Amino acid sequence: MSAPTLPSDYVACPPDQPSTSAVVFDDVHLSFEENEVLRGVSFRLPFGETKALFGVAGTGKSTILKLALGLLQPDSGRITVLGNEVTRMRELDLFPMRAHLGMVFQESALFDSLTVRENVAFRLIEEKGIYDDEIDRRVREALRFVELEHKLDLFPSELSGGMRRRVAIARAIITQPELLLYDSPTAGLDPVTSNTIVELIVKQRDVYKTSSLLVTHRLQDAFTMATHQFDLQTNQLRALPRGQYCDVPMSFLILRDGKVIFDGDVRELAQTRDEYIREYIS
Amino acid sequence: MELTSPTEFAKRKVQAVQDYTLLAAQSVANLFRKPLYFADMVQQADLIGVGSLPIVVLTGFFTGGVLALQTSNTLQRFGSITLIGQLVSTSMVRELGPVLTGLMVAGRNSSGMASELGSMVVTEQIDAMRALGTDPIKKLVTPRVTATVFMLFFLSIISDLVGLAGGLMVAKLFLSLDARQYWANAWQVLVFQDVFMGLLKPLLFGFIIATIGCYYGITARGGTQGVGRATTQAVVAASVLILVTDFFVTKLLISVLSYK
Repeated sequence: MSAPTLPSDYVACPPDQPSTSAVVFDDVHLSFEENEVLRGVSFRLPFGETKALFGVAGTGKSTILKLALGLLQPDSGRITVLGNEVTRMRELDLFPMRAHLGMVFQESALFDSLTVRENVAFRLIEEKGIYDDEIDRRVREALRFVELEHKLDLFPSELSGGMRRRVAIARAIITQPELLLYDSPTAGLDPVTSNTIVELIVKQRDVYKTSSLLVTHRLQDAFTMATHQFDLQTNQLRALPRGQYCDVPMSFLILRDGKVIFDGDVRELAQTRDEYIREYIS
Repeated sequence: MELTSPTEFAKRKVQAVQDYTLLAAQSVANLFRKPLYFADMVQQADLIGVGSLPIVVLTGFFTGGVLALQTSNTLQRFGSITLIGQLVSTSMVRELGPVLTGLMVAGRNSSGMASELGSMVVTEQIDAMRALGTDPIKKLVTPRVTATVFMLFFLSIISDLVGLAGGLMVAKLFLSLDARQYWANAWQVLVFQDVFMGLLKPLLFGFIIATIGCYYGITARGGTQGVGRATTQAVVAASVLILVTDFFVTKLLISVLSYK
């Protein structure tokens, strides 16, 4: 799987179909003491779409994911996730809502005192009332998805960085959430492992039609996702011809100094005249 | 080092007290909300209670012994050496048993809780738990608080008992007193108020140890250095709070129970 360059000649995509959004940010502001991280961020993530969030370090990309999960509360603005206005919900009410979301943290955030099996099964065990056999079957299925079925009884410290990231993905997808949030899932990984992770994200998008927000610094990963589809028959990514890029449910959002400076698909990104964006993607 | 204005400093301290109070209140309120995490409570009871048993036994035994040794001179001067059982008994049950057990458990477990939860915070495991739909206060704090309160109660009783045994060893081996007389004195002098005071204190101390340890852990910031700082602060705060609470509870109980 090679990282594609951004093509310049595009066939125009049909206009967006009206759809309900999985995530809506409406004029969200957030400051940490004197530092204003987000300055009126607004965007929508339609159901089934993957939106890649770009920007230099410190522009608030990971903060957006934490806000969507309700781990942080904004100073002002409105955030709606799967129809729930998280900015108005109490922490206790957020817990049941989070059962419909999955998050892959930048450093995996696996529970280091639990085995791979227990980490992946965590949500099912917490749900109570699910039989051990059923838990075991679903854990194996999730680990098979990330090709780590044979690592069940290892602890996170016994895994490589890439494996930990894949276990984190398995933990996030075990309940087949409606929305997945990936925080730099390929950061610090070698190209081969990065490609495996990208393949898994695309597989989740195309096979299970899961909506997702993806924070990344690696443009080539996002372009791969925008120009490839997962082929279930060959069980690998398939590059699409240029005219079919608009069939891929993928969009890009670029942040600069806490503001959204671009929100659109790969076609619009290629045609942008903004100097900063052109320099960023070149 | 950045200087903080007195107003800012005061605000931070008030905020910390508020956060601690909320955490302590939530840890109790969670006992009435499902799920209860009974297995985690048992696991923590084993770690805190059984794990602390050796240090509590050693501390209690030698405290009882040294108490008998230190007071024997004075008692002998007044010809009251036979009262040594009474003295060891009331001192251990009312005061030294609960306080020393509390301090030992604070040293061992407040630090353990602060470092464990602090490490989970800095490696985003607490955020991951919240993201997975689990309340970390219910899952991590409430079982630790329940287990510490429950186990410290029994550890204090054990400490009282081995303290008396320590006093007996000194009375028999070094002061050549009759063991039966020692036990009879030690037993008969105890009244309801002594036992009540001795059993109420570990419940309060257990609550302080666990909530302080968890509070410093949950609020740890600044990587491994922050975790180290939280660990030290937890032990210091828990120990000081135990001693301060001990004073006021003793004063209150003496007044309430019309106790001499």
